[in-house]
Amino acid sequence: MDWLFFSEIGLAGIGTGGLYAVSGLAFVLIYKATRVVNMAIGEMMMMGAYIFIGFSVGLALPVWASIPLAVIVSGIMGGVIERAIIRPMLGENAISVFMVTIGLGSVLVGLVEIIWGADPRRLIEFVPSDPIFIGEAYLSPKVGYSFAVAAVIVGLFLVIFRTWRGGVALRATAGDQAAAYSMGINVPKVFSLVWIIAAMIAAVAGILVGSIGGVSPNMGVYGLSVLVVVIIGGLDSLLGALIAGIFVGLIETYAGAFLGGEYKMLATFSLLVFVLIVRPYGLFGTHEIERL
Amino acid sequence: MTSASPILDIRNIEVVYNNTIQVLRGLSLSVPRGAVVALLGSNGAGKSTTLKAISRLLELEKGELKSGDILFDGKSVRQDSPHGLVRRGLFHVMEGRRVFEDLTVEENLTAATYADNLSKAKQRFELVYEYFPRLHERRDGLAGYLSGGEQQMLAIGRALIANPEIILLDEPSLGLSPLFTEEIFGIIARINNEQGTSMLLVEQNAAMAFAVADYGYIMETGKIVLDGPTELLTKDADVQEFYLGMGGHGDEEHKSFRDIKHYKRRKRWLS
Ligand SMILES: Nc1ncnc2c1ncn2[C@@H]1O[C@H](COP(=O)(O)OP(=O)(O)OP(=O)(O)O)[C@@H](O)[C@H]1O
Ligand SMILES: [Mg+2]
Repeated sequence: MDWLFFSEIGLAGIGTGGLYAVSGLAFVLIYKATRVVNMAIGEMMMMGAYIFIGFSVGLALPVWASIPLAVIVSGIMGGVIERAIIRPMLGENAISVFMVTIGLGSVLVGLVEIIWGADPRRLIEFVPSDPIFIGEAYLSPKVGYSFAVAAVIVGLFLVIFRTWRGGVALRATAGDQAAAYSMGINVPKVFSLVWIIAAMIAAVAGILVGSIGGVSPNMGVYGLSVLVVVIIGGLDSLLGALIAGIFVGLIETYAGAFLGGEYKMLATFSLLVFVLIVRPYGLFGTHEIERL
Repeated sequence: MTSASPILDIRNIEVVYNNTIQVLRGLSLSVPRGAVVALLGSNGAGKSTTLKAISRLLELEKGELKSGDILFDGKSVRQDSPHGLVRRGLFHVMEGRRVFEDLTVEENLTAATYADNLSKAKQRFELVYEYFPRLHERRDGLAGYLSGGEQQMLAIGRALIANPEIILLDEPSLGLSPLFTEEIFGIIARINNEQGTSMLLVEQNAAMAFAVADYGYIMETGKIVLDGPTELLTKDADVQEFYLGMGGHGDEEHKSFRDIKHYKRRKRWLS
């Protein structure tokens, strides 16, 4: 087998995996802090990409302004979603909240179709197009730069998570809600914050994914792959999401290259089944996760 | 507020869980400013429920304060959110310690800085480490790896960071060796003495509780059945039999609490 080809596929896989990792991060953050299984994660990514289109095409703003604006608007939407439909569900059983997020996904799809139509669209080209070589191996610039952005986001997030006092509030709330209240931590505010941050991360992921393959209202199915990633990593493990993201990206890309595109999904789902058999709570998850 | 009014005043409260299970039935008690008050009772009497009603953590468990009122610092707690009440100066150290296991010791203390102004709270880290040198040694370790006694120290340490007017302590001796229990109670007495913090102390270990408390309440199935200054309660025959576990003779039981009594006496002297 050609070693160079093998490593090129590997690089592409890691690139894809980086995007899974960021998307997984957005999911895990919400699950960890609020115990909500957010089925709308793919749709939130899609929404972010479309809002970017709104700014860059609709309002014809430059890309450097459109990206942060899209991320901010998505964050605001995340806050509104939490306040308006998630918080009233506080204390309801997990299945009901799960169903509500599925509904949320449909609402977001509907919104996008009303505003931007149902046809697939391409994002404005903003990623530099010169080819990247790592050693001798070629890497598609889109995948390469997306991975770099993904890595920076994850790194930034982890640093903030460990050093900022809000990170402590967040982890405390995730660990023991009642105890967090008893420390004087404003738990509802932490929930809002988590949804805002997760929506912002999802928007970045959506823009990156969209920049590679374009966007369409059914881009939300990407959320299914994200779900596989976080289940493999363990729903409540940030590190798990990162590692599983890369792992799934690699497996998928290798399966696609050596077995053919139609085997991609088969490979990922086989991996999922295997992991669930060996470690039902995911590779890095904690044991007491509620089964839906 | 005049200093004569109690810091905590519970008036005839009824608490119901899930709209069906009534746990408190007209319970009243009060904690004078600067005092340590003990609340005793057998398993399931409703002691923890009483504390949760005060700190409003009851809501998180579908419990409801059906009637009566709870005044903290002269104002009803009904308008407060649980976290708002902490900021107003009422800190609940919950049963079973409830440290954040995947946070370090120092991060656990940091979590409690939300109870107060950040810079003031930061200054009290030194104070906590002075009371509990062991926590200082282990400050960068995960709280989940602390021993039970050290976790209880951390739970009380977090309360100190918050600098509250009153601490509600739910069974601080739970699962601790006699030696550790004594150490913890010594520190509870010191905190009350040196920081002037009032305390409502729930305990199974009546002898320990009486050693630090000025006044005691005994509850059964949701209401107070007996109360009085701890010297009188200690002499009460029923209390001796059911709570102090000494069928009439048992003075040696008290000798080991001499150190703690010492703090209590000193406080009397000072006041
Ligand atoms: N969340 C809840 N939902 C329903 N019932 C509850 C709940 N919490 C407590 N109870 C019931 O209320 C009663 C009093 O419980 P509580 O925890 O207040 O007792 P306690 O005096 O603290 O007991 P222990 O000494 O064992 O800690 C018990 O019968 C218990 O089963
Ligand atoms: Mg109890």
